[in-house]
Amino acid sequence: MIRLLHNKLVAGEITAVDLATQYLKTIKEKDGELGAYLTVLEKRALEEAVIVDEQLKRGEVIDLLAGIPGAIKDNILIEGVRATSASKILDNYIAPYDATVIAKLKAVHTVMLGKTNMDEFAFGSSTENSAYQVTKNPHDLTRVPGGTSGGSAAAVAGSEAVFALGSDTGGSIRQPAAFCGVVGLKPTYGRVSRYGLMAGASSLDQIGPIAQTIEDVAIVFSRIAGHDPHDATSADSGHEKKYEDYLGGNVRGKKIGIPKEYFSSDLDPKIRALCDKALERFKALGIEIKEISLPHSSFALPAYYIIQPCEVSSNFARYDGIRYGLSVNDEKSSVEEKSTLLETYLDTRRYGFGSEVKRRIMLGTYSLSSGYYDAYYLKAQKVRALLKQDFEKAFEEVDFIFSPTTPEPAFKIGEKTTDPLKMYLGDIYTITANLTGVPALSFPIGTINEGGKELPIGGQLQGKWFDEETLLCVADAFEKEYERCHTVRDTEH
Amino acid sequence: MLTGDEVKHIALLSRIGLKEEEIPRYQKDLSAVFDFFRELEVLPTDDVVPIGHITGRTDVMRSDEREDFDHRGREQMMKNVPETKDGFVKVKSVF
Repeated sequence: MIRLLHNKLVAGEITAVDLATQYLKTIKEKDGELGAYLTVLEKRALEEAVIVDEQLKRGEVIDLLAGIPGAIKDNILIEGVRATSASKILDNYIAPYDATVIAKLKAVHTVMLGKTNMDEFAFGSSTENSAYQVTKNPHDLTRVPGGTSGGSAAAVAGSEAVFALGSDTGGSIRQPAAFCGVVGLKPTYGRVSRYGLMAGASSLDQIGPIAQTIEDVAIVFSRIAGHDPHDATSADSGHEKKYEDYLGGNVRGKKIGIPKEYFSSDLDPKIRALCDKALERFKALGIEIKEISLPHSSFALPAYYIIQPCEVSSNFARYDGIRYGLSVNDEKSSVEEKSTLLETYLDTRRYGFGSEVKRRIMLGTYSLSSGYYDAYYLKAQKVRALLKQDFEKAFEEVDFIFSPTTPEPAFKIGEKTTDPLKMYLGDIYTITANLTGVPALSFPIGTINEGGKELPIGGQLQGKWFDEETLLCVADAFEKEYERCHTVRDTEH
Repeated sequence: MLTGDEVKHIALLSRIGLKEEEIPRYQKDLSAVFDFFRELEVLPTDDVVPIGHITGRTDVMRSDEREDFDHRGREQMMKNVPETKDGFVKVKSVF
């Protein structure tokens, strides 16, 4: 869609202001129900659109992303704009600087429509943990859009944005992309700067694009990726390229691995059937399918739910009511009896954080505490090493690893909110890419009919470290093949 | 199953004030997750070197050069501070 819109802008068929206005109008009309946006940036969006139109009038060459309306997850900082991370503890926080990805988007004059809803501080799998509002799945308004980038995915799927940025720590771009029937990419760890992304688990977090097509995702990714001296974990330069220029390359002879551990008898037969159809499609493209083993797969989920909360418990010390955000220090009614520093911490964090945030911090604190560090955190980091080895071995035999993105379609709002562990178990296919750092892409492979609604299902491809080029190429070939023979929707009843 | 006192202790270490009536719920939720962690116990890992960071990068440094953070940046940051005095961030006494 991005290239199509770009061509229209350059040909003068539409103006950037028209385009921005159209999307802002859709947001006004739909978002009251959909709930994708926390903050809409009407004025800024139109100002940026005007700049693009002036460039076009002067006959200047504009970037593919210039004038294209995008949505930004609310844990990514835009200078001068409220950034809440969907938490009450940051209800009044105004970002003092641009995230590097935002600076990059501004440099190519992308039109940023607003900040999207998410699970509070990116903890969750449904966007239900937002302290502000519930976002609904555009395919079925009684169901979740997924999380934690649910607002971003819903905005794209609901035509409230052409693309969006999300963040992914354990699947938070890919799972909502799968639930909403759009494409989401978690890049190789280090490919996209985390400067200006509110830190959750620093060794797992990555920013990535969500869009309608592989090409759109490739275009956005190319513009946000790159080494950043502000992010000490960012990968060295040398990988930068315009990934959209590499689509259409030869994919024949590539190998996709199917881990036997991922396709056990527990897997929903309807999802399995869609995966089988997807694999047939890959074969039709001349791609070889091979069974592989990732022997330590079953240990990935407990390892993730130790490592992530541990890193979070450390990062979240910053929310202390001292330098920014909510500060609760008036528990004592009398002027003489002022509250102490400790009480400021305890009360600010009691009122400012939702229950999932508190759970994660406490899980982490306990796992790192004296007497438990070895059994939990150290053990989990050893499991991480074993998982990395599994992937290294697998990538000697194959180029990609395929699985469904999720074990089920979008669930009903409220269905899992009383059982945190049940919510965590849905992350089974996505967390390994974060633990090992490999790039992973979710893309539509069909729908499941449930309650009279067509619920999208995503397939996931994990690629070799830094090999987004081939990953996007193969997925793009699949997408084009899918469209070509997709006269009747692939639906499992 | 974690005891109520253990949950209170963890909450205090985490600097999160919990109301008395919230303790049972966190007891249940946290205990369920810690039970889930026990699945790792069957895996032998004595000889495995733990991964601290997936990229393997260490000691990423920048040059020791001063970067000036001008008054506008300072103003932006100070706008978010809950309590200030004479341009400083105000903190309750530690002791």
